[in-house]
Amino acid sequence: MNLFYFVAFLSIFFSLLVIFSKNPVYSVLYLIVTFFTFSIHYILLNAQFLAIVNFIVYMGAILVLFLYVLMLLNLNKESEPMKSNLLKVVGVIAGLCLLLTVAGSLKLLHASDPVLLKNPDIGLVRNLGKVLFKEFLLPFEVSSILLLSAMVGAVLLAKKDITKV
Amino acid sequence: MELTFVIEKVVLVSVIFLITLGIAAYSTLAERKIAGYIQGRVGPHRAGPFGVFQPLADGGKMFFKEEIIPSQSNPFLFIAAPCLALLTASIGSAVIPWGQDVTIGDRVIQLQVANINVGILYIFGVVSLGVYGIMIAGWSSNNKYSLMGSVRAASQNISYEIAMGLSLIALLMVTQTLSLREIAEQQNGFWQNGWFSWNFFCQPIGFLIFLVCSFAECNRTPFDLPESENELVAGYHTEYSGFKLGAFLFSEYINMFVSSAVMSTLYFGGYNFPFMNDLGLSANIIAVLGVLFLFAKIFFFIFFFMWIRWTVPRFRYDQLMNLGWKVLIPLSIANIVVTGIWITVKDLL
Amino acid sequence: MESLSNRKKVLEQKPMSFGEKIYLPSIAKGLAITFKHIFKKRETIFYPEELRPMSENWRGLHSLKRDENGKERCTACGLCALACPAEAITMEAAERKKGEENLYREEKYAAVYEINMLRCIFCGLCEEACPKEAIYLDGPFLEADYLRKDFIFGKDKLVEEPLKP
Repeated sequence: MNLFYFVAFLSIFFSLLVIFSKNPVYSVLYLIVTFFTFSIHYILLNAQFLAIVNFIVYMGAILVLFLYVLMLLNLNKESEPMKSNLLKVVGVIAGLCLLLTVAGSLKLLHASDPVLLKNPDIGLVRNLGKVLFKEFLLPFEVSSILLLSAMVGAVLLAKKDITKV
Repeated sequence: MELTFVIEKVVLVSVIFLITLGIAAYSTLAERKIAGYIQGRVGPHRAGPFGVFQPLADGGKMFFKEEIIPSQSNPFLFIAAPCLALLTASIGSAVIPWGQDVTIGDRVIQLQVANINVGILYIFGVVSLGVYGIMIAGWSSNNKYSLMGSVRAASQNISYEIAMGLSLIALLMVTQTLSLREIAEQQNGFWQNGWFSWNFFCQPIGFLIFLVCSFAECNRTPFDLPESENELVAGYHTEYSGFKLGAFLFSEYINMFVSSAVMSTLYFGGYNFPFMNDLGLSANIIAVLGVLFLFAKIFFFIFFFMWIRWTVPRFRYDQLMNLGWKVLIPLSIANIVVTGIWITVKDLL
Repeated sequence: MESLSNRKKVLEQKPMSFGEKIYLPSIAKGLAITFKHIFKKRETIFYPEELRPMSENWRGLHSLKRDENGKERCTACGLCALACPAEAITMEAAERKKGEENLYREEKYAAVYEINMLRCIFCGLCEEACPKEAIYLDGPFLEADYLRKDFIFGKDKLVEEPLKP
C-alpha cells in the first residue's frame, strides 16, 4: 500500500508539473513521466497487458507525436499571444465547474469505495482476450471500425487533391 | 522475497549488463575489423595483439575529449538525451531468456532477469521508447540540422515499429503466447513432429520483415540516415562531442546486441540447439551449452549486421519510407492473413 | 544528331522484373561477393616496418654524397641553387683549411647547405645540374613535423654517413 501512495504522489506531482511548466516541451516530457507512473499503477493492479499497452501506445506513440508537433511549432515566449485577464477568470471558472462535476459524479457512483476484483488475474492477456472476444465482442469490433474510419479520414485529409482519387 | 533470490537476480543483472557492455565495446572493434577484411585491409592492429585494446583506447579518447555544450542549448535535456538513449538500449535485455534453468543443489536458477508474461510487448515498448533519446537530443541542441535529423530519425523509427509489430503478431499467432520464455521452450531441439521446431521455418516472411525492421530500428545501414554525416549533416547528434557522442554510438551497438538476442530467441530457437535431447548429457551441461549456442547465434547476427553494412549502400529517404509503408506493412498484414488461414486449416484437419 | 563514329549505342532502361524488384537476390549476390573478399589477400603494407617497393627513378629526400674515400663531394658551386625552380636551396662556401683534406674533396666546400623541404618540389633538377655528382634524391619520404623551422634541412641531415673504416 505504501508503494501505491508513493507512486500516486509521483503521478500527481508530475501531472501538476505538466500544468505549471512554462515550456510546452517540458510539459510533454512531464506528461511522459506521468504516463510512466500510470504504467506502474497498472502493474500494481496486476494488469500487465494494460501496463505495457499504456507504455507502447501512450508513451511510445501518441506522446512522440505530441513532442514532434511541439518541437516543430517553435513556441517561444515572444511569439505567445497575450492572454487577457477575462480569459483567465473564465478558465478558472470552467476548471472549477469540471472539478465539481467530476467529484459529484464520482460521489454518485460510489467509485471511491474500494473495488474488489472478482478475478484478480483479469488483467492478464489470456483472460483479457477471452473477455474481449466473448462478452464484449460487439463493442470491441465497433471501436476497431471507429479507429479504421479515423485512419481513412486522416489519409483523405492528407491527400492534396481529393477529386483525383 | 528471500535474500538468496535478490542476490541471484542482482548477480544475473550485473553479469548480463557487463556482458552487454563488453560485447558492445568489442562490436566497435569487430565492425572495423570486418570492414577491413571486406575491403582487403586489416583493420586496427596497433593497440595490442590484433588490436584487442582498441576499444579501451577509443573509450579513453572519448573521455578526454572536450565536452561542448552549446550555449543556446538546453543543458539538462542535452545531457539527459544520451543517458536516455543508453538506458532504453540496455533495459531491453531484461526479458530475454539466456538459457534453461540451472539447478545447483536444491535451488533452481532461472537464467532470465524477469519472466513476465508479456515479454514481447515489453521489448516492443522499450523499442518505442528509444525514439525519445533521439528526439530530445535533436531538440535540446537548438540547432536546425539537429532538429531535422531527429525528426527524420524519429519518423523512421515510428514507421518501422509498425511493420515490426505486425510481423510479430503473425509469430504470436503461431506460438500462442507473449512470454519469451515459453516461446523459447516451444522451440526445443531442432526437429519436432516432422517439421523444424524453430519459428523461422514457420514464419520465414515474418522473420525477413522483422530483420529489415530491426535494421531500421537500430539505425544501421542501409537505413542509417539518422547519422549520415556527409550528405545530411549527421542528424540528431550534430552538436554532440566527447563522451556524450560516445554514448549515442555505444547505444547503437547495445541495440544491435539486444535485437540480435531477440531475433535469435524469437525465430532461431534461442538457447536450443540441434540434438540437445539425444546427447544424454545432464540438464546443467545442456543449459550451459544452450547459453553458448545462444551467444553463437547472437554473434552471427551481429556479424550479419556488419556484413550488410559493408555490402548494401544507404537508401534514399523516400525509398526508405516507401519500403516501410508500401512494402513491409502490406506484406506483414498479408503474412498475418496467410498465417491465420494456415492455422485454421491445420485445426480443421 | 547523326552519329559520326557509328559507335553510339542507345541504351534502353527495361522495367525491372519481379525478381529485381524484390531486391533480395541482388542483396544475396552482394553478400556473397563481400564474403568472398574476407578471404582474399590483404593489400595492407605495414608502413613504418615495411616499405612499398619504389620505382627506380623515385625521387625522395636529398642526400649529399661522399666519394670513395669518404670525402664530401660538394664544392659549393651553387649550380643546384641556380637550377632549383622552387628556390629551396641555399649554401655558403668556405675554403678548405690544412688538415681537412680527408673531409672535403676539393679546396672549396659548403660550410652551410640548407634545403627548405617545404619549398622543394622534388623535381630533381639539382641532381641534373650538379657537376660533381654530389647530390642525389635517393632518400625516403619527407616525414611530418610540428614546426616550419624543422623542415629546413641542414648538412647534419643531408650529408651521408661517413664511411666505416
